[in-house]
Amino acid sequence: MNEFQNHNNFMDMIRAIRACKTAAEERAVVRKECASIRAAISENDQDYRHRNLAKLMFIHMLGYPTHFGQMECLKLIASPGFPEKRIGYLGLMLLLDERQEVLMLVTNSIKQDLNHTNQYIVGLALCALGNICSAEMARDLAPEVERLLQFRDPNVRKKAALCTIRIIKKVPDLAENFINPAAALLKEKHHGVLLTGVQLCTDMCKVSTEALEYFRQKCIDGLVKVLKDLANSPYAPEYDVSGIADPFLHIRLLRLLRMLGQGDAEASDTMNDILAQVATKTESNKNAGNAILYECVATIMSIEENGGLRVLAVNILGRFLSSRDNNIRYVALNMLMKAISLDSQAVQRHRATILECVKDSDASIRKRALELVYLLVNESNVKSLTKELVDYLEISDPEFKGDLTAKICSIVEKFSPEKIWYIDQMLKVLSEAGNNVKDEVWHALIVVITNASNLHGYTVRLLYKYVQAAGEQETLIRVAVWCIGEYGEMLVANAGVLDIEDPMTITEADAVDVVETAIKRHSLDLTTRAMCLIALLKLSSRFPSCSKRINDIILHHKGSFVLELQQRAIEFNSIIEKHEKIRSALVERMPVLDEATFSGRRAGSIPAAVSTSHGAAPKVPNGVVKPASAPLVDLLDLSSDDTPAPSSSGGDFLQDLLGVDLSPASSQGTNQAQKSGTDVLLDLLSIGTPPAQSSSSTLDMLSPSQGNKKSVDMLNDLASPSAPSAQAFSPAKNSPMMDLLDGFGPSPPAPETNGSTYPSVVAFESTSLKITFSFSKDPGNPQTTSIEAQFANKSPNIYSNFVFQSAVPKFLQLHLDPASSNTLPASGTGSITQKLRVSNSQHGKKSLVMRIRISYKVNEKDVLEEGQINNFPRGL
Amino acid sequence: MIRFILLQNRQGKTRLAKYYTPLEESEKHKVEYEVHRLVVNRDPKFTNFVEFRTHKVIYRRYAGLFFSLCVDITDNELAYLESIHLFVEILDHFFSNVCELDLVFNFHKVYLILDEFILAGELQETSKKAIIERMGELEKLD
Repeated sequence: MNEFQNHNNFMDMIRAIRACKTAAEERAVVRKECASIRAAISENDQDYRHRNLAKLMFIHMLGYPTHFGQMECLKLIASPGFPEKRIGYLGLMLLLDERQEVLMLVTNSIKQDLNHTNQYIVGLALCALGNICSAEMARDLAPEVERLLQFRDPNVRKKAALCTIRIIKKVPDLAENFINPAAALLKEKHHGVLLTGVQLCTDMCKVSTEALEYFRQKCIDGLVKVLKDLANSPYAPEYDVSGIADPFLHIRLLRLLRMLGQGDAEASDTMNDILAQVATKTESNKNAGNAILYECVATIMSIEENGGLRVLAVNILGRFLSSRDNNIRYVALNMLMKAISLDSQAVQRHRATILECVKDSDASIRKRALELVYLLVNESNVKSLTKELVDYLEISDPEFKGDLTAKICSIVEKFSPEKIWYIDQMLKVLSEAGNNVKDEVWHALIVVITNASNLHGYTVRLLYKYVQAAGEQETLIRVAVWCIGEYGEMLVANAGVLDIEDPMTITEADAVDVVETAIKRHSLDLTTRAMCLIALLKLSSRFPSCSKRINDIILHHKGSFVLELQQRAIEFNSIIEKHEKIRSALVERMPVLDEATFSGRRAGSIPAAVSTSHGAAPKVPNGVVKPASAPLVDLLDLSSDDTPAPSSSGGDFLQDLLGVDLSPASSQGTNQAQKSGTDVLLDLLSIGTPPAQSSSSTLDMLSPSQGNKKSVDMLNDLASPSAPSAQAFSPAKNSPMMDLLDGFGPSPPAPETNGSTYPSVVAFESTSLKITFSFSKDPGNPQTTSIEAQFANKSPNIYSNFVFQSAVPKFLQLHLDPASSNTLPASGTGSITQKLRVSNSQHGKKSLVMRIRISYKVNEKDVLEEGQINNFPRGL
Repeated sequence: MIRFILLQNRQGKTRLAKYYTPLEESEKHKVEYEVHRLVVNRDPKFTNFVEFRTHKVIYRRYAGLFFSLCVDITDNELAYLESIHLFVEILDHFFSNVCELDLVFNFHKVYLILDEFILAGELQETSKKAIIERMGELEKLD
């Protein structure tokens, strides 16, 4: 016996290792053992090879390097006896993997063993092959394995089947050879062989379409029968799990059926009955039954449409959702997310249960439930869902609050039916979780607030109430301070009180208190305190009685270490003390922030980027009064946070005005549908895509409602009747207009000859006016269309100063010729014609659309009509 | 497909590790460490499924041992939970009320049982009786 050998059998070695108290001790024992094993190997010791390898494997499991033992495995495998082979193969699988070159040396031994008469040895070889063979080995030994698929002993057949799976994964080309033997396996009675056969077929379908077709044609009926027999089988003790016979086989069969039924209506038809049977008859009180039901639902969802089955499936998922077992609920939520794209109605029915899951204690269930809820929101349920979510926000975990807040804000913005509800919800969210709210969200909120002039009083009073209760929420403070600054006098005078409000009296001093508390709180950051200073300035003008007090507060910050605060304090102080006369003009009520522009800007810097082809239009004031003191503009310049192109030129602004305008998806009641940046961009440019939600009226940007008078007036100014040419909406006051025309890119001269003919359409008709468009195209230039517009007066009055303007989305280019005259005689006795040329850069993909505006004078009154033309013939 | 099977105790010692996809030794150790960390800290109220890299791990705790199976994302979790239970039942039957020490001293037998139960990452046999009988036959040859 080898003198290095300390332990007789490897049980002793294990005991010795376990007895070690420290890692160092263990290492010492292991080293000694390895040394003795190495010595035995070098001496080619036959007797203890078996034991040595066992020891080596244990040492390997502890994590020590054991490369020197690899050749031993090979020698053992090559031995004739079963025990040696067995441990040899075991060692092989443990110590080597397919990437080692040593493995190639085993190929020959394995080949011989595959042909052995002893079926146990064949089994060993198949096992090793199936677990670690490389691609070359697979190719070499595939014929052997194929033969073994029909071996007399079922144990060998099932191992051969699984081995084949590995072979075809490594070498997909070989799959064709195995199609027939695999199909034969599906007729087996032995569960083990059947199970492995089904698995083999499933994997073959993934790898080879030929196999998929073959099984689809020939094997579906057989499979359905097997599943049926299995489902109806009586109690089989050998395969029974919780009262169900061989649930694993059930599940595998269902999965194979899924592969075969996917994408093929006929195949799916044959399975409907058995799927319905499994779905309804399977017991679901134990995990095994639920596993089968889960697989069944997954199959139903993947195969071709069958309404009844789908409803059944969603019902099962609904039942799962109310299970107390977390696993089942998790699995159901996962599946429901897929189901929602197929049948959203059915999933809506389970909304209440899903909402419950949002409040679950398991984080992964909460997350999935929240996502599912987000997908389920639509106009009809948004109010109740949001209420639930906001209520939950109060009691949710801090880690979850961030996600929850983001989703709530998103839902509120997308689906809000009316402004007051929007404001209510947002203020609640701000007071609960203001610190989780992102900047762009509260910026949007302010935009909405300014646009809701009837709600200013309500909003500022509500904010006042909330700030008393939740003074730590920084975002809330910011919004509150801004609103109090703007609408302070409404707060105090109780202006615009709505019926639902409780009465409250707030004095000027109270209002100033709020701002003072905020500015004094050191936990708030620079932006907030800077906002407070501005608010104070505004209040000093609106509340003259508090002016002295406010001045004192501002004075306090003159010595602030923070430059921004110091600067503001000094400037404002100076305004209050020395420039009384201009103070009130400076802090006038902020003009309404334009929602469409805001959403356009938010979508990314599209303004700056896209307008290049239309030349550089001169700056046109966008209706925002630029006051002398900079901070006011900073506050308004919301784009400074996100877009790199701040004050984009006014012309671009107007392009956006119209660009945004033309998208039907851009409005929802009075709120904008705001998706992520690129999505909005695509939506803006894709005319005619059906809106995701049923939108009410498209917000008419140019309509004089909504207090957008300023922009309207401005546009009227621009429509200089003296220069009727170039009315395409690049606003320009003088000569740059001509440049714009020249800069209009490739707009070829209008061809006189008619190319392909298109029917003329009535582009616009109102009680007083009718416009007809007739089209012609130059055959050599399909992208450009010449349009002749004819205007007819339907009323008995003459129209003078008649001006037609039109705007198009960015993928079109428009050129207007001068109109034939400015005066439109009454009752259709005469007409004005005007030629237009439109170039469609997305010719063939998108059809033309145009927004138009007609202004004229009738009976000394100015009239404005607007509309959108969607009925251009296709193919223009 | 099953990517690997791990049996680990609470302290992190791996009692059984079977990989059906090739991994470097150092990778294997890292994986074992990560899976252990994932699994040992989970509250029993939570689900038995955890996301792990681009796959998922289905695990269950039996006394002091964690049985972890790493499977593809698209696999049926509940089914694998059942298969873990079947494996434990087989071990229990074979060793007559199995305990961790049995698995330590007879690790080579545990591997052999596993090889009769799962091959190439897929289930091979679902009958406990069949597997135990087969093991009996193999023992006689040894």
